[in-house]
Parts: sequence; structure tokens; C-alpha cells
Amino acid sequence: METADPRLREITAKVEAGERLSEADGITLFSSPDLNTLGALANRVRLARHGRACYFNVNRHLNPTNVCVYRCRFCGFRRDPGATGAYRMSIDDCLAAVAGAEELGITELHIVGGITPEADLDYYEPLLRALHAAHPSLHLKAFTAVEIAFFCRRHHLTHRACLERLIAAGLGSMPGGGAEIFAERVRASVCKEKAGADEWLAIHRVAHALGLRTNATMLYGHIETPAERVNHMARLRALQDETGGFQVFIPLAYHNENNPLAGEMTTAFDDLKTLAIARLFLDNFDHLKSFWVMHTPQLAQVALHYGVDDLDGTVTEERVTAAAGGRTAGHESKQELIDLIRAAGFEPVQRSTVYEELARY
Amino acid sequence: MPTPTIATAGPRLAAIAETVAAGGRISDADALALLACTDLTLLGRLAEQCRFQRVPERRVTFIVDRNINYTNVCITRCKFCAFYRLPGDPAGYVLSHAEIFAKIDELRAQGGHQLLLQGGHHPELKIDWFEALFTAIKARYPDLHLHALSCSEIAHLARRSKLSLAETIRRLRVAGLDSIPGAGAEILDDRVRGVIAPYKESTASWLAVMREAHHQGIRTSATMMYGTVETDAEIVAHLHRLRDLQDETGGFVAFIPWAFQPASTELATATRRGAVEYLRILATSRIYLDNFDHLQASWVTQGEKIGQLALFFGADDMGSTMLEENVVSAAGCTFRLGRPELAHLIAAAGFTAALRDQRYQILGPA
Repeated sequence: METADPRLREITAKVEAGERLSEADGITLFSSPDLNTLGALANRVRLARHGRACYFNVNRHLNPTNVCVYRCRFCGFRRDPGATGAYRMSIDDCLAAVAGAEELGITELHIVGGITPEADLDYYEPLLRALHAAHPSLHLKAFTAVEIAFFCRRHHLTHRACLERLIAAGLGSMPGGGAEIFAERVRASVCKEKAGADEWLAIHRVAHALGLRTNATMLYGHIETPAERVNHMARLRALQDETGGFQVFIPLAYHNENNPLAGEMTTAFDDLKTLAIARLFLDNFDHLKSFWVMHTPQLAQVALHYGVDDLDGTVTEERVTAAAGGRTAGHESKQELIDLIRAAGFEPVQRSTVYEELARY
Repeated sequence: MPTPTIATAGPRLAAIAETVAAGGRISDADALALLACTDLTLLGRLAEQCRFQRVPERRVTFIVDRNINYTNVCITRCKFCAFYRLPGDPAGYVLSHAEIFAKIDELRAQGGHQLLLQGGHHPELKIDWFEALFTAIKARYPDLHLHALSCSEIAHLARRSKLSLAETIRRLRVAGLDSIPGAGAEILDDRVRGVIAPYKESTASWLAVMREAHHQGIRTSATMMYGTVETDAEIVAHLHRLRDLQDETGGFVAFIPWAFQPASTELATATRRGAVEYLRILATSRIYLDNFDHLQASWVTQGEKIGQLALFFGADDMGSTMLEENVVSAAGCTFRLGRPELAHLIAAAGFTAALRDQRYQILGPA
């Protein structure tokens, strides 16, 4: 393929031959201004894996509490215990929020919350059981590895024992949050209380061994370097080689409002480049998601041509991005997502949480 | 599976790519094929090639200006408009000289070079009102660039003042008019205009005003508002008419396609069109309009994400800071970017940001 950036020739040849890219290749890609060549390469990989299918689900977010004893500097959602605006929903509050979900066509609950002794296993186990009993057909995708690590410490449990209890209570899979950037330098600066990279990866390894499918994220666009992004993806790729348990990679764009870190927001150039590079680098991940709540629906639509095959879902009541200045208020109707995908020239496929095809439009 | 390339995208696109690489002109049928092209990055790369043929530097420009809408009173009742008020409506207004000067003072305080002055088709404002206003503005701000009116305002003004088009433009020019924005073009096809703006100037009238302005040495831009009722063929017809007139006069400095903003208008049920379509139309415009130097990104209607991506689909200019935009914001579109934000978007995309004047002369770094 012809490229305006001669440094991409060797990498292009590797992609065309189906060879794995090195971390050095990834760093070169990040330094290239040739967005459309990167996009065309990523699109090639995307079309080979998924044809023109674009996946979405019909889901609802549930953030049971915003109280968090961690002080991640990129977060606009957290509140100190007792602070104005701090909340913790009761089981009844959660059941009320989810009431009627099936009638709305919702198939998944995405449940994540702050880290607080008020929301430990004694809170979440009965909550999962109650949700599962009331909504047996709803898939419960819940808890980042950071929350699991906290439960383990609080209740003196191994990762395995903790996950087994949650699975018994109704846990269906795990989202990919809390990964941020794996590099210790970055974590020490922006999220020093959080579980480290090794523990995040260890928890996903155990989850995969227990048969849970999980997702993986990367929060980019704050203080990390391109090399740290590539290394983050390399560590995910290595674990995926070992377990095959990751379903999808989701790069999350940093938002700069109502948090101590502030700084600039990511731009579309960086967003699309990061997505395209992820598609090329993570050759053992099936799916690549643009979370439209962060990227905007417009950019997410364009991203389908830069390697993305998944647009998350209808995302009713997303609060975390909104708290940090997300301009795209949560919730797109299913029809809006279908129209968005079709107008981009792709085929809308509604999926379950674990990527079973539910309907093709 | 083969990598999608120009060669594998089909013989038609391969032929178009060859034409583009040789600096040749593509046909209307070629443009239609591009509008139907499902390979967006391929289209982007072709448009980038054309962009660097016309503007070789990795530079992206914009202008610091402000909008002043001197009146919202308008008799044309366009269905796509949420800004106008009919004569007699209590919410109708006409700005005084003092109000206009106060707004220009704000623009000067921000280092602005250009005033974009536009308004409704007011039934009572005649040539002497505009002559007095332009003369007063130029007396007070001699180096301010006056980018004012639109073809349909000028044609309306000529009729109301019982003057020829040539005489109207001559008098406006003498009073201080420097250039004319490309607005009001909508889609230059009378079937489309008959549906969305039956009381506005015809295609022929819009082109006649531009032709006369160019003959008098006034440079203008050209726009296209797509996304109402037009077909792809009508988009191509629009581009065709612009390319023909540009061959004749060379008076257009830039082309600006933008998407219809439906909220609060009579066409509010129009299909929501997406960013992919915008980028496809932008790229096709760059490839087809081989005699236009500059192509503007419409961040005002597309937002900053897609506005920045436009730079990879043929755009070499980010338009203006648009301090005080009233028309598309009345239709639910409220993006706002100042000089530092525009400069940041440009630099973050790997381009050098520069300030320009209305003739696209570089004034300095942004």
C-alpha cells in the first residue's frame, strides 16, 4: 500500500504478511502523521475479522456508589465519604433503577462503583443476588479488577475465592476498567492507591481460568508517553496469548473537568490513531470498541473505518464520564445506534455481553 | 484478503486516483462514484493528495473574526432556518451603529481582523442604509476587513433599491465592502431550492451576483448546505456550477460545505446525517474542485473532533473563531472554539497553525 510516511512501509508489509508488530513498531506508528494510512491498515485487519459487521448491545449502567477512598487525579466522579453529592444506593434503590429493564430490551447491566468499606462484599453479594433473582435474563457485568482487589484485601480472600463467591451470586463477566496505564511511573502519579498492574493482570488471569470473559481498557491522553501506551498493550497481548479470555480492548479518552489533573483533552487525531494502532498491535483480541460516550457518537461512527467493530451500547445513565466533562449525555436509543452504523456503511449487529449475535439489522 | 488500496477498490476509483495523481480533472460521474465510496480512508488519502497539490505546506490557517447579524427580520421564510423573524414580530431587531461599533470594539480587543456582517432580508433596509453603515465602519476602523452580506441579500437589496446588480455591488464596494461570504448557496439546484427556500434567490441569481462581484475585483467564498432533500447528483451539480464559474472568473478563494442543522426549523424531521457523510462530501469536494485553492472545515456544525479530522480529508483551513454566531446556534448547534483552542487542534493534528486574512495571506503564527 502506498503511504505518505516511508517509515510505515516495513510495518505495512508486516501487517500484510500477518506478522506480529513489535513495541518499537507501535512507537513508530504513534509518531506518524499519516492517519489515513494507519486507518486503512487497521480497516484491513478489521474487515478480515468481522467483515462489515458492527456490534452493539442494549445496556444500562449502574454506579451503586460514588464514595471512594481512592483519590485518582483523573476522576471527576468520586466523592469523599460524607461529602456533598456523595451517595450509596440501597438494594431497593438499585432494583428500582433497573425495574422494567427487560421491557426496554436491555440485556446487560454494567455495574462499577467507588472503593469504600460501605460497598464491600457484604453489600455487593446480596445486591448481585437480588438483581439476579429479579432479572434472571440480565447479564451482570460487574467490578473492575481494582474493586476485586479491594474486596480481597478487606475480606482476606484470595482472588479466586473472591471471584468464586461473586460468580455464585450472579456475576456473569467483568468489565475492563481500572487498568488506566500499567506503567508504575504513571500509576504512582495519577492513581497511587489503586491495585498495581501486576495485580490487575493477575485478577483477570484468575477470572479467565474460572471461565469469566473479561474486557480490557486503557485510559490515555493524560501524562503517559506513547511508549507507555504501547507497553500497556504489550502486557495485555501477553496475557491474552496465555488465556484468550479478553473479549475486547477499549481505549478510554481522558476527560479533563472536575478533577485535579486537568490539562488538555484528547483530540480526534489521537483518538483515531490510538484505536487504529490498537487494532494493529493487539492481534489476538477479537474486538475493538469505541466507547461513544467518551469519543462522541460522531467520532465513534468515523472510527468504524479505523479498526473499530464495536460501539458499546445504549449506555443508559452513564455517570463517570459525564462527571469529568463528557459532553455526550448518556443514552443513545437502539435505533439511533443502528442509523449511525448504517450511515457509516456498516452492518449493525446487536450482541450479548459475551458477543453472541442476537439480531442483525 | 488484500489490503484495500486504490488499485483494489475497483477500476473506477483506480482511474480516478490516476487522474488525481496526474493533476487532472475528474468528471461528474467520477464525483458520484466518490460520494458512494465505502472506503473512507482511501477517499481521505486521495483528498489529502489534492490538498497538498494546491497547498503544499503542512500549514492550517484560520482567521480571527466575529459575526454580527445586523437584523433577524427576513421575508424569505426558509424552511431550514431557525434564526429569522417576520416583519412585525416583536422579537425582530435591527442593530444601531452604536451597537455594531460596541461589538467591533470587542473584536478589536481580541486582535480580530475581520467582521462578518450578515442579516435577514429586511424589507425596509435599502442601499443608503448599507452605504451609511459601511462608510461609518470604515471611517472608524480603516484596517478592518469587511466580509459582508450574501448573494441573496445583495440581490434582495438591488431589487428593493431599484438598482442594477452591478450598480448595487459598485456602491457597496465604494462604501467599504471588501469581500462577500459564500452563504445562501444552499444547494445550487432549483428543484432543491423550490422545496427548502422557495422565496430565496434562484441558482442563476446566486451565480450572477458572484460573477458580477468577481468582475469588480471582489473575492468571495462559496458554501454548500447539504442534508435536506438533495440527491447526490444535485450535490455534484452544485459543485459543477461552482467549478465552471471559477474557471470563468477565478474569484472564489474557498469552498465550505456544511451539514444542515435541523433543530427548531420546519425541516426538523430531516434524516440525521453523520460525520462519515460529511467527511466523504468534504473529500469529494476537494478532489472535484481542482480550481479552488482552499477548503474550510466546518467545526461550527461538526464539532471539534470532526472539525479536526477534516484536515485529513482535504481541508486546509479551520474557518474563523466566529465570536458570536447566531444562526446555526438557533438550530441547536452550539460549538465554540477560540483562538487558542483552534491553534491547539491544528498543532495536535501535526500541522502548523497560522493566522490569515480573507485573501488567505499569512499574517503570522496563531
